[in-house]
Amino acid sequence: MLDAYHISLLTVMGISVTFALSLNLITGFCGQISLGHAAFLGIGAYGAALLSKAGLPVPLGLAAGALLAGAIGAVVGLTSLRVRHDFLAITTMGVGFLFLGIVRQQDALGGEMGVSGFPGTGLDKEGFMVLVLAVAAATAAFSLYLKKSWLGFAFDAVAEDEDTARLLGVDVARFKLAAFAMGCAIAGLAGGLYAHNVRFIDPDSFGFVESITVLSMVVIGGIGSVWGVIVAAAGLSVLPLWIQFIEDYKLLIYGGLLFAVMRFSPGGLAGAVAAVARRGRTEP
Amino acid sequence: MTALLEARDVTVRFGGVTAIDGVSFAMEPGELLGLIGPNGAGKTTMMRAITGVVTPDQGTVVLAGRDLKGLGTAARIRRGLGLSQQLVRPFRDMTVLDNVALAAGHAKTAGPWGALARVDRSAERDRARDLLDRVGIADVADAWPGNLPLGFLKRLEVARALALDPQLLLLDEPLAGLNQIEAGQLADTIVDLNRQGLSIVLIEHNLGEVLRICTRIVVLDNGRRIGMGEPRAVMADPVVRAAYLGEGGGHAAA
Repeated sequence: MLDAYHISLLTVMGISVTFALSLNLITGFCGQISLGHAAFLGIGAYGAALLSKAGLPVPLGLAAGALLAGAIGAVVGLTSLRVRHDFLAITTMGVGFLFLGIVRQQDALGGEMGVSGFPGTGLDKEGFMVLVLAVAAATAAFSLYLKKSWLGFAFDAVAEDEDTARLLGVDVARFKLAAFAMGCAIAGLAGGLYAHNVRFIDPDSFGFVESITVLSMVVIGGIGSVWGVIVAAAGLSVLPLWIQFIEDYKLLIYGGLLFAVMRFSPGGLAGAVAAVARRGRTEP
Repeated sequence: MTALLEARDVTVRFGGVTAIDGVSFAMEPGELLGLIGPNGAGKTTMMRAITGVVTPDQGTVVLAGRDLKGLGTAARIRRGLGLSQQLVRPFRDMTVLDNVALAAGHAKTAGPWGALARVDRSAERDRARDLLDRVGIADVADAWPGNLPLGFLKRLEVARALALDPQLLLLDEPLAGLNQIEAGQLADTIVDLNRQGLSIVLIEHNLGEVLRICTRIVVLDNGRRIGMGEPRAVMADPVVRAAYLGEGGGHAAA
């Protein structure tokens, strides 16, 4: 059987994989960058924590947090209809700060002190780990299915060239909003699981560093590649837990990795693996 | 018979420049209408006003009796327009076949949730292969568009527009970039499509092919309509001849 340490590692890993796949849906599949994705992790976490504190059963709290994050995500997605690329990056970054600003100022949301003392899931550590891993696996399966579906096909078109997608009858606005709604709802679910795992949440857990961290996971894994993002998210989420040095210099190391990937392998891990495989085939 | 497409007094201004100035014309179902004129006459702007890429400052465009005002490009495509663009814009991350298959699946991409529920692409890929065969580029179906010469990409644009099953096909210079043999073949394909009942608006610089295949033409110059009617008669009009031959007389021969 697993010891408590490995159970906690796998739980953190599962939450990170779910969170990273949720951003991959928006940025990887549909081509819409977000630098404020941690806000949706936060919305789901606060939603689940406060609702279960108010007496709602835990599963309903998790679902409500996810729905709330998805609904707000669709509203934020409306900005992607007006601005593109770098301006969308700045706008979503603003949304991230807006979330922090609101949460810090509201006593009802715990303010700077955060939220604690909400009821648990009733599962033991191992049971909770199984739940988290099941959610991560379901998210991965959904991602793989989506990519094969006509929605994924249309997302490819929207990500590459919106104007031409319109000329093929794709209602670009609705497809982008769908991507934001789904991606943010899954981020909200990951946030609810995070809240129940840590049993304490405060605004700092959902700041700009978290948004950059999750974007690093997607870029390093390979934008749009489900397997690449899973590997990158699993690896990058447990490294700081294994090695204290990485926790201390997290932003520096992730920033450096992000830069290195963009410079040397824009396709990320998935792209690098594909390139090595191609070389292996062509060289006798 | 009601008109399939009607432009009523369409005016488009870009800043201080009037690109189209009060242009009206109508076409009946089944026509192959040539929209011609010298460079800068406003042909592509007219096409964009029809597809909703630009919004007219005045006037309206009516398709099959319905005013298109306020509809976005995607909605107009779903009302039955198909456009082959002058400047080719293939999706370079998809094969040639999938470029056409995506268009052929327009019924499956009507909305995101319906699209999410559907996976199978085989019927659309079969149809895409037929259309690529029809425009003569079936042998590059599995190639990536980034590696293909312009002549292939122009025909890909046409195949993609056909895959939308349009009531009205808009072709913006489909023959440009093709050699004489390829241009003649594609022009014949266009005639075939028209004979099978498809209504087509053709913008084209290759005047020889336009006069050979179009049943009627509209001539624009400096944003105004200067001629409309049966091709030979219109080209005999001194005003049209002056616009075409007045400066750089080689144009009509090209």
